[in-house]
Parts: sequence; C-alpha cells; structure tokens
Amino acid sequence: MLDGLLNWVSFSNPMDNPFYAYGDVYNLPYDIGYKIWELIGGTLAWLLNLLFPDNGVSSFLVSDAVMNALAIVLMAVVIFAVAFIINLTMIWEERKVLGRMMDRRATRIGPLGYFQNLSDGLKTFLKENIMPAKADKMGYMWALSIVIGSSVLIACMIPLSDRWFIVDYGTGLLIIFALFAIAPFTILVAGWAQNNKYSLIGGMRAAAQLISYEVPMLIVFASVALMAGSFNINEIVHAQAETMWYILPLFLGFVVFMVAAIAEAERIPFDLPEAEAELVEGWQTEYSGMKWGLIMLGDYFRGYVACALGAIMFLGGWMLPGIGAGPVPELVFLLKVFLLFFIFIWVRAAHCRVRTDQILNIGWKILLPLSVINLIIVILIKMTGDMPWDMVIGLIPWDSIRGVIPWQ
Amino acid sequence: MMWITMGPQHPFSHGLWTLKVKADGEIIVDAEPVIGYLHRGWEKECENRTYPLIIPMADRLCYSASMTWAHVYCKVVEEAIGIELTDRAMYLRVVADEICRIQSHLMWLAAMGTDLGNLTIFLWALREREFFLDLNVKLCGQRLTTNYPRIGGVRNDMPYYFERDCLRVVKRFEKALWEIIGLTDESAIFLSRMRGIGFISRKDAANYGLTGPSMRGCGVDFDIRRDDPYCNYDLLDWEVAVCNDGDAYGRYKVRIEEMFQSCEIIKQAMAKLESIPKTDPTRIKVPRNVPEGTHFARLEDPRGESLMYLVSDGTDKPYRLKVRSPIFVNVSAAKHMVKGVRVADIPAIMGTIDMCLGEADR
Repeated sequence: MLDGLLNWVSFSNPMDNPFYAYGDVYNLPYDIGYKIWELIGGTLAWLLNLLFPDNGVSSFLVSDAVMNALAIVLMAVVIFAVAFIINLTMIWEERKVLGRMMDRRATRIGPLGYFQNLSDGLKTFLKENIMPAKADKMGYMWALSIVIGSSVLIACMIPLSDRWFIVDYGTGLLIIFALFAIAPFTILVAGWAQNNKYSLIGGMRAAAQLISYEVPMLIVFASVALMAGSFNINEIVHAQAETMWYILPLFLGFVVFMVAAIAEAERIPFDLPEAEAELVEGWQTEYSGMKWGLIMLGDYFRGYVACALGAIMFLGGWMLPGIGAGPVPELVFLLKVFLLFFIFIWVRAAHCRVRTDQILNIGWKILLPLSVINLIIVILIKMTGDMPWDMVIGLIPWDSIRGVIPWQ
Repeated sequence: MMWITMGPQHPFSHGLWTLKVKADGEIIVDAEPVIGYLHRGWEKECENRTYPLIIPMADRLCYSASMTWAHVYCKVVEEAIGIELTDRAMYLRVVADEICRIQSHLMWLAAMGTDLGNLTIFLWALREREFFLDLNVKLCGQRLTTNYPRIGGVRNDMPYYFERDCLRVVKRFEKALWEIIGLTDESAIFLSRMRGIGFISRKDAANYGLTGPSMRGCGVDFDIRRDDPYCNYDLLDWEVAVCNDGDAYGRYKVRIEEMFQSCEIIKQAMAKLESIPKTDPTRIKVPRNVPEGTHFARLEDPRGESLMYLVSDGTDKPYRLKVRSPIFVNVSAAKHMVKGVRVADIPAIMGTIDMCLGEADR
C-alpha cells in the first residue's frame, strides 16, 4: 500500500510536478525536500489510511499542492542546514589552521577535532541568559535579531552551484550586498542599546568601518558586473567559464575585495569593533551566553558570504577551466571558498589589529582609488576587447626598440 | 566627553589596576592610573620574619622577575653585613638573572602580542619562554618562584649538564627571536601601531623617574649593570640597549635588544664559570644577626631599577624593609603618555610599560 501511495505522488523527474517552483531549472534542495516529505508524509498518509480507511486527510497530505508547499519549507531547512555545516567547517578550519600556524594544539574533540564546535555551541546554550537591567530592551533584542538574521539570510542566498540555490534572481549580487549592508545600522543600535561605554564606542567604530568599506566593495561589484554583463550570479560564473577567471584581468579588484571583505567580516586585522584589548568585546560586550554564540555564528556566516562572493566573482564559482561544472560542482565551489578563507586565517595569524583612524585611511585613501582604477580597467577591457596584458604589450613601442634588442 | 574606567578586570590591564581615561570621542584628553588592588602588606610582613625567610617572599613580588627581586634583597642584606661573594656565586647569579630577564621580556612580548591583537606573537613568545623556564627548573627546581639566591651566595651550584643545556637554549633562542621579530618589525601594521604613540621625552622621563627599558627607550643611556656594577657585570663585554625614539616602538626596540644582550651575557658568564674551579664555594656562611644601620641596594630589574632600603636594629629581623618598585614609578607616567592618543592606543602604550602589579602594590 505504501508503494502505491508513493507511486501515486512521486515524480521521477521533479520537473513533471505541475507546481514545481523553478520552471525548467533543476533544483537539488527542492528535490531533497520533496523526497523527505515523500517519506514522512507518505508514511503518515499510509498509517492514517490503515487506521481510518478512505479518510480525506491522507489524500490531502500527499496531494500535489501540499507536497509542493512542504517541499519548499523543507528545502529552506536543507539549505540552512548545509550553510550551517559549511559554517561549522569553516570555524573548524580556522581553528586547525590557526593552531598549526601558532605552533599549538588546536581542537581535539571528535575526529580531527571536528566536534569541538558542537560542544562549544552546546555550552553557550547552557549559559544563563543575561540582559543588562538598564539596557534598551527593544533595541537590544531587535538589533541582535536583525544582525544574526541578515547574516544567516545572505549565507543561505549564496548558490553553491547551478542546481543548489533558493532563487535564481537577476540582481543577485546587489541583493546580497544590500542585505550585507543592513548590519552597520543595527550594530550601531546594538552598541547604543546596551547602555555600556565599551559597546557604544564599538558600535560607532563598527558603523564607521563597515560603511566606509562598503564603498570600494560596491565599486568592485560594479566592475565585475560590468565585466560579466550581469548582476546574476549564474551568469557571472558562466561568463568566467566562457572566458577566464576574473582574478587574472581584475587582480587589483580581487585584492581590494579581499581587504574589504576582511573588514566587512570584522576579522583581524580589521576587528576594531570588537577589539578585545581595549573594548573588552566591543559592541558585543553585553551579549552573553547563547546571544554571544549566535553573534559569533553570524560573524562566520558573513565571513562565509565574503569568501563565497570572492569565489563567485574571481575564481569562477563552481566551474573549473577545461572541466566545466563536473559531477559535484558544490564541492568545487566549497573548496574555493575554503581556500579563500585560508587567506583570511593566514592574515589573522600574521597581523596585528590596525587603529581606528588608520582603518578609515586605508579604506578611503587606498582602497577607494584602487577600486576606481579597477573599474577603469574593466571599462578599457570592454571598450577595446583587449586584456590588460595585451594593452601593456601594445603600449611598448616595438618598432622603435627593434634595433636595440639584439636578438630581434 | 566621558570617563571610561578600564579595569581592574579588563583585558588590557595585565593584573589588577585601573586606568580611568577621559575620552573625547576616540581621543584621550585625560587619564588617571589607579593602583592598590593587590596590596598585601608585604613590607610589614617582612618585619616579622628572620632574614633568610624573606627570600621566598621576595620571589612573590613579581611573578616573572622573581630571581632579580630575591637577588636585590640578598644584596641589601649582604651589604648590611659587609661580605663579598665568591666569583662563582656572582656568575651564577648573573646567569640566573639574565635567564630571568629573558623570560620576563618574553612574557612582556607575549602580552604585547595580545594587546595588539596578534595571538601568534603571544604563542610563539611563550613557546620560547618555556625553554628558559625549563632552565629555571634545572637550576632551582621551580619555574617561576625560584628561591635561588641566598644571603652570601646562591643555594646550589649548577647541576650536571646545565651549562650544555643553557648554551643550547641560548643558541636556539637567538635564532628563534628573529622568527618573532619577523612578525613584529617586518609587519607594517605592527610598526604603524607602535610608532609615534606614547611619546615621552628624556626630560619628562627624568622628571617622572622612569627607569629601565622605559627610560632607555627615550634615549637615556643608563644601566645599573654598567654604571653601578655588581656581580662582576663590569668584567663582561656587553652593550646597553638604548633607543632614541621615545615612543612605544623605542621601548619595544630596547627590550628586544636587551634579550640579545642577555644571551651574550649568559654565554660569557658560562665561559667565566668554566674557568673558575668547581671547589670555589657558591655560598659563604653569614651571621644570623645583621649589624645596626641603614643600607640600600639596587640592581637592574627587567622592568627598571629595583631598590630595597633596609633599616636593621641588630636583631635577626629587619626593622624596616622598603621596596622601591620600578613599575610603581613608571605607571605614574601613564597619564603623560596616553594624553592625546586614541582609545585604541592604550593597550599598545600600557603594554610597553610591562605592568607587574605584585611589585607595584606590594
């Protein structure tokens, strides 16, 4: 009977589903969510049908519309779970690599120390939930929710491949960036609402830093979008597969992006907002226990988004040159993300924290001009059709130096 | 404008002390150091103990400069009694003092790393420090509270193979320190954080009574080991580390250079010990009671000039023992140093003072 029920609703090809949300594009998370509900809902329906034959609920549970709606809900869960696991893996990577670089033992719980994060997360759950008595309760809780929520949202909006995405939106980069830019305002509110001098200074610093580093980052986004001719992440990746990884012509943009991304993720050397030496924990000072754990998680989500955007815009996303997407494009993409995150970790291990005025100087006086130069390079590439190295070779007056070089 | 109270429980204050700063936005317009959280009546307690029993207490003055504090105590009592040490005891004290200086400076470098947000400096410096603490274990049986100097000499001669181990550690350290310098001096961010902040001129340094690396960091060429020599320091060939910068970077430079010089001193002292026969006593007998009178002795602590002033009344207990702690004096210059800098500079500046509250509060 179970087989019969399953056969009744199962589509061997999800595109046969009349309610399929993605048109003619295959979506793996949707498929997984669909299969999960097939298993759960199908079993439920079969049991109900056994107990109460010919009831309406059974057929309702496995009707196309319900299956579709629950598949979308489960798809969201699947995508979040995968983003969460990626996040934990990045934290694990940071701990292991930092441990190796600092010549000490890193995490030791579980295979290769992978379960340390789980035990730490459990520990933060067990902590007492403390809120300062004089804090502004609305600002305190809402700012926290929005910071964490926006971080998780953008992490889930990053597509892992052609088939692993939530929405294939035409303005992909812009939406991700717009959500990325929500955090500074809420951090400012959070710093103020805690009624603590350290967090106030930290919040001010965070707002100044994040806003000033968004400008060069946005110009780099614009140059990449101009190069690919689209804001759509899929099209940017495919444009790189057709020509070359943009790290080659736009190396300047890549460097600017990485520096700005480290600042946006609030990591050393740009972790002024939470400079623990002078500001205890910066704008997070009064967030303790699970709230602190979630903020840390959100920080790493932002780090993941920064690395993922770097991989999408400059390292060809989930495509490999000569091979294309391959059998498991998600893995290729994640390897590139972890590679970029390794650079983040390396920088963290090697550098001290910069100062407030210095960080703004770097942002406005160095990164902004460099990003504009990068944009000009893209415009030149688009106008002439030549790559930068072609232009440099073209600038050399070969005819006039022909006699000077003896081997010509 | 607001007053920010940093401490006594604050990540930047290595120990229990408070720095109240008045900040105009990020710029500091006024500051006030508050110490005294760790006062435990050290000087008064000494008045109830016989002279030998104060040596382990002197160890507890500072956790990372225990050897030099016990040394300065023994020195003042020896001067009160009026005895000369044997050469062997003197060189053993030199070796022990320089090991103590290196491990103390490494502890400072490690703390400096966390102040600036670089944990790699912290862990690498502590890794190197372990070797010197192991030397302490071999020589005295303890890592930190060494209890090694005695009135009239040192507790024991070198153990077997100590010379070999010591020279190995020093030789290794001279290379390994360059590794850490690669993280500091070769990093543009580190230089930009350290240079041009916490400036103090020679005149101000003299007025505030700064001593040690903080004083030599602003160009005052003075080191008690050279200018008021004790323990045959004048027979060894080494140089006083001086830097004319006067800012946090100058103090950093002096401490790094001092570590190299200490390695040099250890090597030479080991060579001298080689030439002294093993039968030379490391400790000579001293009377139980100290003759009546007042005496003081000073020597070069890792943090500055440590001085003890002894008033004895002819019994076996001191009538009064006054400690002049270098940090107690140096921290008074904090107000002068942090004025005009930013809040973010406070850990970098206060880190270069190398706080140790045990000796400041006593």
